[in-house]
Amino acid sequence: MTSSELIASSTTRARKLSAEEINEIEHEITLYADKKAVGLEALKIVQKHQGWVSDESLLAISKYLDIPGSDLEGVATFFNLVFRRPVGKNVILLCNSVSCWIMGCDEIKDYIKERLAIDFGETSKDGEFTLLPVPCLGDCDRAPSMMVGENLHRNLTRDKIDEIIQQYRNR
Amino acid sequence: MVTKPLTKNIDMERGPLDISGYQAVDGYQSIQVIAKGLSPQGALELVKASGLKGRGGAGFPTGLKWSFVPQGDNSPGQKYFVVNADEMEPGTFKDRLLMEGDPHLLIEGVIIGSYAIQASKAYIFLRGEYTVSERALKKAIDEAYEKGYLGSNILGTGFNLDIILHTSAGRYICGEETALLNALEGKRAIPRAKPPFPQVSGLWGKPTIVNNVETICNLPGILIYGVDWYHGLTKGKDHGTKLFGVSGKVNTPGCWELPLGTPIRELLENYAGGMRDGLELKGFLPGGGSTDFMLPEHLDLNLDYDEIARVGSRLATGTMIILDNETCPVGMVGNLMKFFSHESCGFCTPCRDGLPWVDEIFNEFENGCGSEKDLEILHEHVDYLGPGRTFCALAPGATAPLGSGLKYFAEDFHRHIKEKRCPYKH
Repeated sequence: MTSSELIASSTTRARKLSAEEINEIEHEITLYADKKAVGLEALKIVQKHQGWVSDESLLAISKYLDIPGSDLEGVATFFNLVFRRPVGKNVILLCNSVSCWIMGCDEIKDYIKERLAIDFGETSKDGEFTLLPVPCLGDCDRAPSMMVGENLHRNLTRDKIDEIIQQYRNR
Repeated sequence: MVTKPLTKNIDMERGPLDISGYQAVDGYQSIQVIAKGLSPQGALELVKASGLKGRGGAGFPTGLKWSFVPQGDNSPGQKYFVVNADEMEPGTFKDRLLMEGDPHLLIEGVIIGSYAIQASKAYIFLRGEYTVSERALKKAIDEAYEKGYLGSNILGTGFNLDIILHTSAGRYICGEETALLNALEGKRAIPRAKPPFPQVSGLWGKPTIVNNVETICNLPGILIYGVDWYHGLTKGKDHGTKLFGVSGKVNTPGCWELPLGTPIRELLENYAGGMRDGLELKGFLPGGGSTDFMLPEHLDLNLDYDEIARVGSRLATGTMIILDNETCPVGMVGNLMKFFSHESCGFCTPCRDGLPWVDEIFNEFENGCGSEKDLEILHEHVDYLGPGRTFCALAPGATAPLGSGLKYFAEDFHRHIKEKRCPYKH
Protein backbone atom coordinates (compact mmCIF):
# COMPACT_ATOMS: atom_id res chain seq x y z
CA MET A 1 0.00 0.00 0.00
CA THR A 2 1.34 3.47 -0.81
CA SER A 3 1.29 6.09 1.90
CA SER A 4 -1.55 8.04 0.28
CA GLU A 5 -3.60 4.84 0.05
CA LEU A 6 -2.82 4.16 3.68
CA ILE A 7 -4.03 7.62 4.67
CA ALA A 8 -7.17 7.22 2.58
CA SER A 9 -7.91 3.83 4.09
CA SER A 10 -7.35 5.18 7.61
CA THR A 11 -10.05 7.80 7.08
CA THR A 12 -12.54 5.21 5.90
CA ARG A 13 -11.61 2.91 8.76
CA ALA A 14 -12.65 5.50 11.33
CA ARG A 15 -15.80 4.40 13.13
CA LYS A 16 -18.68 6.69 13.92
CA LEU A 17 -18.50 8.26 17.37
CA SER A 18 -21.67 7.81 19.39
CA ALA A 19 -23.86 10.79 20.27
CA GLU A 20 -22.93 10.32 23.91
CA GLU A 21 -19.21 10.33 23.13
CA ILE A 22 -19.59 13.44 20.99
CA ASN A 23 -21.54 15.21 23.72
CA GLU A 24 -18.86 14.54 26.28
CA ILE A 25 -16.06 15.54 23.91
CA GLU A 26 -17.91 18.77 23.03
CA HIS A 27 -18.18 19.60 26.73
CA GLU A 28 -14.43 19.15 27.16
CA ILE A 29 -13.77 21.43 24.19
CA THR A 30 -15.43 24.32 26.05
CA LEU A 31 -12.90 23.99 28.88
CA TYR A 32 -9.69 24.45 26.88
CA ALA A 33 -8.30 27.27 24.76
CA ASP A 34 -7.63 24.94 21.84
CA LYS A 35 -9.69 21.92 20.82
CA LYS A 36 -6.53 19.94 20.06
CA ALA A 37 -5.93 19.92 23.82
CA VAL A 38 -8.87 17.59 24.21
CA GLY A 39 -7.17 14.64 22.48
CA LEU A 40 -6.36 12.78 25.68
CA GLU A 41 -9.76 13.56 27.20
CA ALA A 42 -11.44 12.22 24.06
CA LEU A 43 -9.37 9.04 24.21
CA LYS A 44 -10.46 8.57 27.82
CA ILE A 45 -14.09 9.24 26.97
CA VAL A 46 -14.04 6.67 24.20
CA GLN A 47 -12.27 4.20 26.44
CA LYS A 48 -14.93 4.70 29.12
CA HIS A 49 -17.64 3.74 26.63
CA GLN A 50 -15.83 1.10 24.58
CA GLY A 51 -13.50 -0.41 27.20
CA TRP A 52 -10.42 0.35 25.10
CA VAL A 53 -9.22 2.48 22.19
CA SER A 54 -9.27 0.62 18.88
CA ASP A 55 -7.60 1.94 15.70
CA GLU A 56 -11.07 2.78 14.44
CA SER A 57 -11.81 4.83 17.58
CA LEU A 58 -8.47 6.59 17.44
CA LEU A 59 -9.00 7.54 13.81
CA ALA A 60 -12.50 8.77 14.60
CA ILE A 61 -11.18 11.11 17.31
CA SER A 62 -8.37 12.23 15.05
CA LYS A 63 -10.90 13.21 12.42
CA TYR A 64 -13.29 14.81 14.87
CA LEU A 65 -10.67 16.99 16.59
CA ASP A 66 -8.55 17.53 13.50
CA ILE A 67 -5.45 16.08 15.17
CA PRO A 68 -3.12 14.08 12.90
CA GLY A 69 -3.53 10.37 13.62
CA SER A 70 0.18 10.01 14.28
CA ASP A 71 0.11 12.78 16.90
CA LEU A 72 -2.89 11.28 18.64
CA GLU A 73 -1.31 7.83 18.55
CA GLY A 74 1.78 9.43 20.11
CA VAL A 75 -0.38 10.66 22.98
CA ALA A 76 -2.37 7.42 23.28
CA THR A 77 0.71 5.25 23.58
CA PHE A 78 2.46 7.68 25.92
CA PHE A 79 -0.03 7.42 28.76
CA ASN A 80 -0.20 4.28 30.88
CA LEU A 81 -3.96 4.37 31.34
CA VAL A 82 -4.95 4.53 27.69
CA PHE A 83 -5.49 0.97 26.53
CA ARG A 84 -4.71 0.34 22.89
CA ARG A 85 -5.61 -3.33 23.20
CA PRO A 86 -8.80 -4.89 24.58
CA VAL A 87 -8.75 -5.39 28.32
CA GLY A 88 -10.77 -7.56 30.67
CA LYS A 89 -13.92 -6.44 32.46
CA ASN A 90 -11.82 -5.48 35.49
CA VAL A 91 -8.40 -3.91 35.15
CA ILE A 92 -6.12 -4.58 38.09
CA LEU A 93 -3.46 -1.91 38.57
CA LEU A 94 -0.93 -3.38 40.96
CA CYS A 95 1.49 -0.87 42.46
CA ASN A 96 5.04 -2.14 42.15
CA SER A 97 6.91 0.96 43.28
CA VAL A 98 9.34 1.12 46.15
CA SER A 99 7.18 1.11 49.31
CA CYS A 100 4.92 -1.62 47.96
CA TRP A 101 8.02 -3.56 46.91
CA ILE A 102 9.41 -3.37 50.45
CA MET A 103 6.04 -4.53 51.78
CA GLY A 104 5.87 -7.53 49.47
CA CYS A 105 4.09 -6.62 46.21
CA ASP A 106 6.15 -9.26 44.38
CA GLU A 107 4.54 -12.00 46.45
CA ILE A 108 1.11 -10.45 45.84
CA LYS A 109 1.83 -10.42 42.14
CA ASP A 110 2.94 -14.06 42.20
CA TYR A 111 -0.27 -14.98 43.97
CA ILE A 112 -2.49 -13.12 41.48
CA LYS A 113 -0.54 -14.82 38.72
CA GLU A 114 -1.19 -18.18 40.34
CA ARG A 115 -4.90 -17.50 40.88
CA LEU A 116 -5.70 -15.98 37.49
CA ALA A 117 -2.94 -17.49 35.35
CA ILE A 118 -1.97 -14.07 33.99
CA ASP A 119 1.20 -12.02 34.03
CA PHE A 120 1.54 -8.23 33.66
CA GLY A 121 -0.09 -7.15 30.40
CA GLU A 122 -2.31 -10.21 30.11
CA THR A 123 -6.05 -10.87 30.39
CA SER A 124 -7.53 -13.93 32.05
CA LYS A 125 -9.09 -16.53 29.74
CA ASP A 126 -12.60 -15.78 31.00
CA GLY A 127 -12.10 -12.10 30.09
CA GLU A 128 -12.72 -10.99 33.68
CA PHE A 129 -9.35 -9.54 34.67
CA THR A 130 -6.40 -7.74 33.10
CA LEU A 131 -3.28 -7.30 35.24
CA LEU A 132 -1.09 -4.22 34.82
CA PRO A 133 1.69 -2.68 36.90
CA VAL A 134 1.19 0.93 37.98
CA PRO A 135 3.72 3.43 39.33
CA CYS A 136 3.35 4.44 42.98
CA LEU A 137 -0.34 4.76 43.85
CA GLY A 138 0.37 7.20 46.67
CA ASP A 139 -0.99 4.81 49.25
CA CYS A 140 2.38 3.88 50.72
CA ASP A 141 1.31 3.75 54.37
CA ARG A 142 -1.11 0.96 53.49
CA ALA A 143 1.14 -0.97 51.13
CA PRO A 144 0.87 -3.24 49.25
CA SER A 145 -1.90 -1.55 47.28
CA MET A 146 -3.72 -2.00 44.02
CA MET A 147 -6.71 -0.64 42.16
CA VAL A 148 -9.41 -2.66 40.52
CA GLY A 149 -11.25 -0.37 38.15
CA GLU A 150 -11.76 2.84 40.13
CA ASN A 151 -11.48 1.24 43.56
CA LEU A 152 -8.44 1.15 45.79
CA HIS A 153 -7.59 -1.99 47.77
CA ARG A 154 -4.94 -1.71 50.46
CA ASN A 155 -2.89 -3.73 52.96
CA LEU A 156 -3.07 -6.64 50.54
CA THR A 157 -2.57 -10.23 51.66
CA ARG A 158 -3.22 -13.52 49.90
CA ASP A 159 -6.56 -13.82 51.69
CA LYS A 160 -7.57 -10.34 50.60
CA ILE A 161 -6.70 -11.17 47.00
CA ASP A 162 -9.02 -14.20 47.22
CA GLU A 163 -11.82 -12.00 48.55
CA ILE A 164 -11.29 -9.31 45.92
CA ILE A 165 -11.27 -11.77 43.04
CA GLN A 166 -14.48 -13.31 44.37
CA GLN A 167 -16.09 -9.91 44.84
CA TYR A 168 -15.46 -8.76 41.27
CA ARG A 169 -16.33 -12.13 39.72
CA ASN A 170 -19.73 -11.95 41.37
CA ARG A 171 -20.53 -8.52 39.99
CA MET B 1 -4.62 29.18 67.85
CA VAL B 2 -4.36 27.03 64.76
CA THR B 3 -1.22 24.89 64.84
CA LYS B 4 -2.05 22.47 62.03
CA PRO B 5 -3.42 24.62 59.21
CA LEU B 6 -3.16 21.88 56.58
CA THR B 7 -4.90 19.04 58.39
CA LYS B 8 -7.02 20.73 61.06
CA ASN B 9 -10.24 19.76 59.26
CA ILE B 10 -9.20 16.26 58.24
CA ASP B 11 -10.93 13.26 59.74
CA MET B 12 -10.79 10.38 57.32
CA GLU B 13 -13.38 8.40 59.28
CA ARG B 14 -15.88 11.24 58.92
CA GLY B 15 -14.92 12.25 55.40
CA PRO B 16 -14.36 15.77 54.08
CA LEU B 17 -16.36 18.76 55.33
CA ASP B 18 -18.95 20.13 52.95
CA ILE B 19 -18.87 23.84 52.25
CA SER B 20 -21.00 24.93 55.21
CA GLY B 21 -18.98 22.78 57.59
CA TYR B 22 -15.83 24.21 56.09
CA GLN B 23 -17.06 27.80 56.34
CA ALA B 24 -17.85 27.25 60.01
CA VAL B 25 -14.14 26.71 60.75
CA ASP B 26 -12.80 29.90 59.09
CA GLY B 27 -13.22 28.37 55.62
CA TYR B 28 -13.05 30.89 52.77
CA GLN B 29 -12.25 33.70 55.25
CA SER B 30 -9.22 34.52 53.08
CA ILE B 31 -11.58 35.40 50.24
CA GLN B 32 -13.34 37.77 52.66
CA VAL B 33 -9.93 39.33 53.37
CA ILE B 34 -9.55 39.86 49.62
CA ALA B 35 -13.10 41.24 49.37
CA LYS B 36 -12.27 43.75 52.11
CA GLY B 37 -9.57 45.23 49.93
CA LEU B 38 -6.37 43.14 49.91
CA SER B 39 -4.81 43.83 46.51
CA PRO B 40 -3.21 41.11 44.34
CA GLN B 41 0.16 42.73 45.04
CA GLY B 42 -0.69 42.73 48.75
CA ALA B 43 -1.46 39.00 48.65
CA LEU B 44 1.80 38.34 46.84
CA GLU B 45 3.75 40.36 49.40
CA LEU B 46 2.18 38.41 52.25
CA VAL B 47 3.15 35.11 50.68
CA LYS B 48 6.65 36.40 50.01
CA ALA B 49 6.99 37.54 53.61
CA SER B 50 5.70 34.19 54.89
CA GLY B 51 8.77 32.46 53.48
CA LEU B 52 6.64 29.63 52.06
CA LYS B 53 8.69 27.30 49.88
CA GLY B 54 7.25 24.91 47.27
CA ARG B 55 6.23 21.57 48.78
CA GLY B 56 6.33 19.60 45.54
CA GLY B 57 9.99 18.70 45.85
CA ALA B 58 12.11 21.58 44.63
CA GLY B 59 11.54 23.92 47.58
CA PHE B 60 11.51 27.12 45.53
CA PRO B 61 10.11 30.22 47.32
CA THR B 62 6.46 30.54 46.24
CA GLY B 63 6.15 34.32 46.43
CA LEU B 64 9.29 34.77 44.38
CA LYS B 65 7.94 32.39 41.72
CA TRP B 66 4.72 34.40 41.51
CA SER B 67 6.61 37.69 41.23
CA PHE B 68 8.04 36.61 37.85
CA VAL B 69 4.58 36.77 36.26
CA PRO B 70 4.46 39.93 34.15
CA GLN B 71 1.73 42.32 35.33
CA GLY B 72 0.35 45.61 34.10
CA ASP B 73 -1.27 46.83 30.92
CA ASN B 74 1.41 45.49 28.61
CA SER B 75 1.28 41.94 29.99
CA PRO B 76 -0.83 39.24 28.31
CA GLY B 77 -4.43 39.50 29.48
CA GLN B 78 -4.87 35.77 29.99
CA LYS B 79 -2.83 34.18 32.75
CA TYR B 80 -3.18 30.69 34.14
CA PHE B 81 -2.83 29.13 37.56
CA VAL B 82 -2.16 25.39 37.50
CA VAL B 83 -2.27 22.95 40.39
CA ASN B 84 0.22 20.13 40.16
CA ALA B 85 -1.81 17.29 41.67
CA ASP B 86 -0.03 14.58 39.71
CA GLU B 87 1.40 12.97 42.83
CA MET B 88 3.46 10.02 41.62
CA GLU B 89 6.85 10.32 43.29
CA PRO B 90 7.60 6.84 44.67
CA GLY B 91 6.82 6.70 48.37
CA THR B 92 4.84 9.96 48.37
CA PHE B 93 1.28 10.00 49.68
CA LYS B 94 0.64 13.47 51.09
CA ASP B 95 -1.37 15.35 48.44
CA ARG B 96 -3.85 12.49 48.33
CA LEU B 97 -4.56 13.08 52.04
CA LEU B 98 -5.16 16.80 51.49
CA MET B 99 -7.47 16.34 48.51
CA GLU B 100 -9.46 13.46 49.95
CA GLY B 101 -9.54 14.95 53.43
CA ASP B 102 -10.20 18.66 52.90
CA PRO B 103 -10.77 19.55 49.24
CA HIS B 104 -12.13 23.04 50.02
CA LEU B 105 -8.77 24.06 51.48
CA LEU B 106 -7.18 23.44 48.09
CA ILE B 107 -9.95 25.31 46.26
CA GLU B 108 -9.56 28.27 48.63
CA GLY B 109 -5.81 28.26 48.01
CA VAL B 110 -6.32 28.15 44.25
CA ILE B 111 -8.52 31.26 44.46
CA ILE B 112 -5.77 33.09 46.40
CA GLY B 113 -3.00 32.07 44.02
CA SER B 114 -5.07 32.91 40.95
CA TYR B 115 -6.03 36.29 42.43
CA ALA B 116 -2.42 37.14 43.29
CA ILE B 117 -1.23 36.55 39.74
CA GLN B 118 -4.57 37.71 38.23
CA ALA B 119 -5.36 34.45 36.47
CA SER B 120 -8.98 34.01 35.44
CA LYS B 121 -8.57 30.32 34.73
CA ALA B 122 -7.11 27.62 36.91
CA TYR B 123 -6.54 23.98 36.02
CA ILE B 124 -6.16 21.24 38.59
CA PHE B 125 -3.97 18.60 36.96
CA LEU B 126 -4.95 15.49 38.89
CA ARG B 127 -3.53 12.05 38.38
CA GLY B 128 -6.10 9.75 36.85
CA GLU B 129 -5.75 7.06 39.50
CA TYR B 130 -6.87 9.43 42.27
CA THR B 131 -10.56 8.69 41.79
CA VAL B 132 -11.54 9.52 45.38
CA SER B 133 -9.78 12.89 45.13
CA GLU B 134 -11.53 13.50 41.83
CA ARG B 135 -14.97 12.99 43.35
CA ALA B 136 -14.13 15.12 46.41
CA LEU B 137 -12.74 17.98 44.32
CA LYS B 138 -15.65 17.93 41.86
CA LYS B 139 -18.11 18.29 44.71
CA ALA B 140 -16.07 21.05 46.36
CA ILE B 141 -15.77 23.01 43.10
CA ASP B 142 -19.53 22.79 42.49
CA GLU B 143 -20.25 23.99 46.04
CA ALA B 144 -17.78 26.87 45.69
CA TYR B 145 -19.53 28.02 42.50
CA GLU B 146 -22.90 27.87 44.25
CA LYS B 147 -21.67 30.08 47.08
CA GLY B 148 -20.10 32.60 44.73
CA TYR B 149 -16.45 31.86 45.58
CA LEU B 150 -15.92 30.88 41.95
CA GLY B 151 -17.34 32.31 38.73
CA SER B 152 -17.61 35.97 37.84
CA ASN B 153 -17.22 38.92 40.16
CA ILE B 154 -16.32 36.80 43.18
CA LEU B 155 -17.83 38.39 46.33
CA GLY B 156 -18.12 41.68 44.49
CA THR B 157 -14.37 42.01 43.96
CA GLY B 158 -14.61 42.21 40.18
CA PHE B 159 -12.30 39.18 40.05
CA ASN B 160 -13.40 36.23 37.88
CA LEU B 161 -12.16 32.68 38.19
CA ASP B 162 -13.07 29.32 36.71
CA ILE B 163 -11.49 26.13 37.99
CA ILE B 164 -11.25 23.18 35.64
CA LEU B 165 -10.46 19.72 36.93
CA HIS B 166 -8.28 17.80 34.48
CA THR B 167 -7.58 14.15 35.14
CA SER B 168 -4.46 12.70 33.60
CA ALA B 169 -3.75 9.17 32.44
CA GLY B 170 -0.70 8.10 34.37
CA ARG B 171 2.78 9.35 33.57
CA TYR B 172 5.29 10.39 36.24
CA ILE B 173 6.90 12.95 33.95
CA CYS B 174 3.70 15.03 34.09
CA GLY B 175 4.88 16.12 37.54
CA GLU B 176 7.62 18.12 35.79
CA GLU B 177 5.91 21.46 35.32
CA THR B 178 6.67 22.05 31.65
CA ALA B 179 5.79 18.46 30.74
CA LEU B 180 2.55 18.97 32.66
CA LEU B 181 1.77 22.02 30.52
CA ASN B 182 2.36 20.01 27.34
CA ALA B 183 0.01 17.33 28.66
CA LEU B 184 -2.65 19.97 29.41
CA GLU B 185 -2.30 21.18 25.83
CA GLY B 186 -3.02 17.63 24.67
CA LYS B 187 0.54 16.79 23.66
CA ARG B 188 2.94 14.07 24.71
CA ALA B 189 4.19 15.06 28.14
CA ILE B 190 7.80 15.84 27.31
CA PRO B 191 9.52 18.68 29.16
CA ARG B 192 10.05 22.03 27.46
CA ALA B 193 13.27 23.99 27.20
CA LYS B 194 13.71 26.61 29.93
CA PRO B 195 13.89 29.58 29.44
CA PRO B 196 11.32 30.76 28.74
CA PHE B 197 9.97 29.82 32.15
CA PRO B 198 6.24 29.10 32.48
CA GLN B 199 5.83 32.22 34.61
CA VAL B 200 6.44 34.20 31.42
CA SER B 201 5.37 31.76 28.71
CA GLY B 202 3.52 28.68 29.90
CA LEU B 203 0.15 27.21 28.99
CA TRP B 204 -0.64 28.14 25.37
CA GLY B 205 2.22 30.63 25.61
CA LYS B 206 0.59 32.63 28.40
CA PRO B 207 2.07 33.46 31.84
CA THR B 208 1.43 30.45 34.06
CA ILE B 209 2.15 29.47 37.63
CA VAL B 210 2.35 25.79 38.51
CA ASN B 211 2.20 25.04 42.25
CA ASN B 212 1.96 21.80 44.19
CA VAL B 213 -1.19 20.89 46.13
CA GLU B 214 0.42 21.15 49.56
CA THR B 215 2.01 24.50 48.73
CA ILE B 216 -1.38 25.91 47.78
CA CYS B 217 -3.01 24.52 50.93
CA ASN B 218 -0.65 26.77 52.95
CA LEU B 219 -2.11 29.94 51.43
CA PRO B 220 -5.46 30.36 53.23
CA GLY B 221 -3.82 30.31 56.66
CA ILE B 222 -1.28 32.94 55.66
CA LEU B 223 -4.03 35.35 54.57
CA ILE B 224 -6.40 34.65 57.45
CA TYR B 225 -4.04 34.42 60.43
CA GLY B 226 -1.13 36.48 59.13
CA VAL B 227 2.58 36.22 58.57
CA ASP B 228 3.56 36.43 62.27
CA TRP B 229 1.31 33.47 63.05
CA TYR B 230 2.83 31.57 60.12
CA HIS B 231 6.35 32.29 61.35
CA GLY B 232 5.37 30.97 64.77
CA LEU B 233 4.55 27.51 63.42
CA THR B 234 8.04 26.26 62.73
CA LYS B 235 10.60 24.69 65.01
CA GLY B 236 13.42 25.33 62.54
CA LYS B 237 14.73 27.83 60.03
CA ASP B 238 12.15 27.22 57.30
CA HIS B 239 8.64 28.46 57.86
CA GLY B 240 5.39 26.65 58.34
CA THR B 241 4.28 23.11 58.89
CA LYS B 242 4.73 20.28 56.43
CA LEU B 243 3.19 16.90 55.83
CA PHE B 244 5.66 14.19 56.71
CA GLY B 245 5.08 10.57 55.87
CA VAL B 246 6.74 7.30 56.75
CA SER B 247 6.36 4.05 54.81
CA GLY B 248 8.18 0.74 54.98
CA LYS B 249 8.48 -1.71 57.87
CA VAL B 250 7.65 0.57 60.77
CA ASN B 251 4.92 -0.12 63.32
CA THR B 252 2.48 2.61 62.33
CA PRO B 253 3.18 3.97 58.85
CA GLY B 254 1.31 7.17 58.09
CA CYS B 255 1.32 10.86 57.25
CA TRP B 256 1.31 13.69 59.79
CA GLU B 257 1.45 17.47 59.76
CA LEU B 258 4.41 18.65 61.84
CA PRO B 259 6.35 21.89 62.19
CA LEU B 260 9.34 22.14 59.90
CA GLY B 261 12.42 21.54 61.98
CA THR B 262 10.98 18.53 63.81
CA PRO B 263 13.77 16.00 64.52
CA ILE B 264 13.72 12.99 62.19
CA ARG B 265 13.94 10.69 65.22
CA GLU B 266 10.71 12.12 66.60
CA LEU B 267 8.90 11.43 63.32
CA LEU B 268 10.21 7.91 63.10
CA GLU B 269 9.83 6.89 66.74
CA ASN B 270 6.90 8.90 68.13
CA TYR B 271 4.70 9.04 65.05
CA ALA B 272 5.67 6.01 62.95
CA GLY B 273 6.06 3.91 66.10
CA GLY B 274 9.65 2.86 65.40
CA MET B 275 10.86 -0.19 63.51
CA ARG B 276 8.84 -3.38 63.57
CA ASP B 277 9.96 -5.97 66.09
CA GLY B 278 13.27 -7.58 65.28
CA LEU B 279 14.13 -5.12 62.54
CA GLU B 280 16.75 -2.40 62.51
CA LEU B 281 16.91 0.80 60.51
CA LYS B 282 19.50 0.48 57.78
CA GLY B 283 18.82 3.69 55.86
CA PHE B 284 16.06 5.87 54.50
CA LEU B 285 15.10 8.13 51.64
CA PRO B 286 13.93 11.35 53.32
CA GLY B 287 11.59 12.72 50.64
CA GLY B 288 10.52 10.22 48.02
CA GLY B 289 12.33 8.17 45.39
CA SER B 290 14.43 11.01 43.97
CA THR B 291 16.34 11.75 47.15
CA ASP B 292 19.68 10.48 48.43
CA PHE B 293 19.80 7.82 51.12
CA MET B 294 20.42 8.89 54.67
CA LEU B 295 21.66 6.68 57.51
CA PRO B 296 20.73 5.97 61.15
CA GLU B 297 23.50 8.39 62.18
CA HIS B 298 21.42 11.20 60.61
CA LEU B 299 18.36 10.62 62.81
CA ASP B 300 19.10 13.57 65.06
CA LEU B 301 18.99 16.04 62.19
CA ASN B 302 15.89 18.15 61.82
CA LEU B 303 13.38 18.02 59.00
CA ASP B 304 14.47 21.29 57.45
CA TYR B 305 15.45 22.04 53.85
CA ASP B 306 18.98 23.23 54.60
CA GLU B 307 19.77 20.70 57.29
CA ILE B 308 18.92 17.72 55.07
CA ALA B 309 20.85 19.32 52.19
CA ARG B 310 23.95 19.50 54.40
CA VAL B 311 24.26 15.70 54.38
CA GLY B 312 23.80 15.55 50.62
CA SER B 313 20.13 14.72 50.41
CA ARG B 314 16.90 16.70 50.01
CA LEU B 315 13.79 17.15 52.11
CA ALA B 316 11.81 17.12 48.81
CA THR B 317 8.30 15.73 49.39
CA GLY B 318 8.96 14.96 53.07
CA THR B 319 7.68 11.42 52.73
CA MET B 320 10.24 9.02 54.03
CA ILE B 321 10.85 5.48 52.78
CA ILE B 322 12.42 3.19 55.35
CA LEU B 323 14.99 0.54 54.50
CA ASP B 324 15.26 -2.14 57.18
CA ASN B 325 18.13 -4.56 57.70
CA GLU B 326 16.28 -7.52 56.17
CA THR B 327 15.35 -5.76 52.94
CA CYS B 328 17.97 -5.83 50.21
CA PRO B 329 19.32 -2.33 49.48
CA VAL B 330 20.41 -3.44 46.00
CA GLY B 331 16.88 -4.68 45.32
CA MET B 332 15.43 -1.44 46.64
CA VAL B 333 17.60 0.74 44.42
CA GLY B 334 16.91 -1.66 41.54
CA ASN B 335 13.17 -1.21 42.06
CA LEU B 336 13.59 2.56 41.86
CA MET B 337 15.70 2.27 38.71
CA LYS B 338 12.99 0.16 37.07
CA PHE B 339 10.49 2.88 37.92
CA PHE B 340 12.61 5.71 36.53
CA SER B 341 13.50 3.71 33.45
CA HIS B 342 9.83 2.98 32.75
CA GLU B 343 8.78 6.57 33.38
CA SER B 344 11.48 8.25 31.27
CA CYS B 345 9.62 10.22 28.61
CA GLY B 346 12.17 9.10 26.02
CA PHE B 347 12.93 12.58 24.77
CA CYS B 348 16.60 13.00 25.68
CA THR B 349 19.20 10.35 25.05
CA PRO B 350 21.03 9.95 28.37
CA CYS B 351 17.79 9.28 30.21
CA ARG B 352 16.10 7.19 27.51
CA ASP B 353 19.11 4.94 26.93
CA GLY B 354 20.95 5.22 30.24
CA LEU B 355 18.17 4.28 32.63
CA PRO B 356 17.19 1.01 30.89
CA TRP B 357 20.86 0.05 30.92
CA VAL B 358 21.07 0.74 34.63
CA ASP B 359 17.84 -1.22 35.15
CA GLU B 360 19.25 -4.16 33.19
CA ILE B 361 22.39 -4.20 35.33
CA PHE B 362 20.26 -4.36 38.47
CA ASN B 363 18.44 -7.34 36.98
CA GLU B 364 21.84 -9.00 36.61
CA PHE B 365 22.68 -8.34 40.25
CA GLU B 366 19.31 -9.77 41.23
CA ASN B 367 20.01 -12.90 39.15
CA GLY B 368 23.47 -13.38 40.56
CA CYS B 369 25.28 -12.34 37.38
CA GLY B 370 26.52 -8.92 38.53
CA SER B 371 30.21 -8.19 38.04
CA GLU B 372 32.80 -5.61 39.10
CA LYS B 373 32.57 -4.19 35.59
CA ASP B 374 28.81 -3.70 36.06
CA LEU B 375 29.49 -1.84 39.25
CA GLU B 376 31.87 0.44 37.39
CA ILE B 377 29.20 1.13 34.75
CA LEU B 378 26.70 2.00 37.47
CA HIS B 379 29.15 4.46 38.99
CA GLU B 380 29.68 6.04 35.57
CA HIS B 381 25.94 6.49 35.14
CA VAL B 382 25.68 8.48 38.34
CA ASP B 383 27.75 11.02 36.45
CA TYR B 384 26.30 10.54 32.93
CA LEU B 385 22.72 10.94 34.15
CA GLY B 386 23.45 13.58 36.77
CA PRO B 387 22.41 17.23 37.05
CA GLY B 388 23.22 19.23 33.93
CA ARG B 389 23.52 16.18 31.67
CA THR B 390 19.87 15.75 30.83
CA PHE B 391 16.93 17.82 29.68
CA CYS B 392 14.97 17.68 32.93
CA ALA B 393 15.31 16.50 36.52
CA LEU B 394 14.01 12.93 36.07
CA ALA B 395 17.32 11.17 35.46
CA PRO B 396 19.25 13.33 37.96
CA GLY B 397 16.53 12.33 40.44
CA ALA B 398 17.26 8.69 39.70
CA THR B 399 20.96 9.21 40.37
CA ALA B 400 20.20 10.36 43.93
CA PRO B 401 19.30 6.91 45.34
CA LEU B 402 21.69 5.28 42.86
CA GLY B 403 24.79 7.26 43.80
CA SER B 404 24.10 7.29 47.52
CA GLY B 405 23.09 3.61 47.45
CA LEU B 406 26.37 2.66 45.76
CA LYS B 407 28.26 4.68 48.38
CA TYR B 408 26.47 3.57 51.55
CA PHE B 409 25.71 -0.03 50.62
CA ALA B 410 28.88 -0.89 48.70
CA GLU B 411 29.34 -4.00 50.83
CA ASP B 412 25.92 -5.29 49.76
CA PHE B 413 26.72 -4.80 46.08
CA HIS B 414 30.00 -6.69 46.54
CA ARG B 415 28.28 -9.55 48.32
CA HIS B 416 25.89 -9.95 45.34
CA ILE B 417 28.92 -10.28 43.07
CA LYS B 418 30.90 -12.60 45.34
CA GLU B 419 28.05 -14.89 46.35
CA LYS B 420 26.47 -14.81 42.87
CA ARG B 421 23.05 -14.35 44.44
CA CYS B 422 21.05 -11.92 46.51
CA PRO B 423 22.25 -12.55 50.07
CA TYR B 424 18.92 -11.32 51.45
CA LYS B 425 17.00 -14.19 49.88
CA HIS B 426 16.69 -17.26 52.03
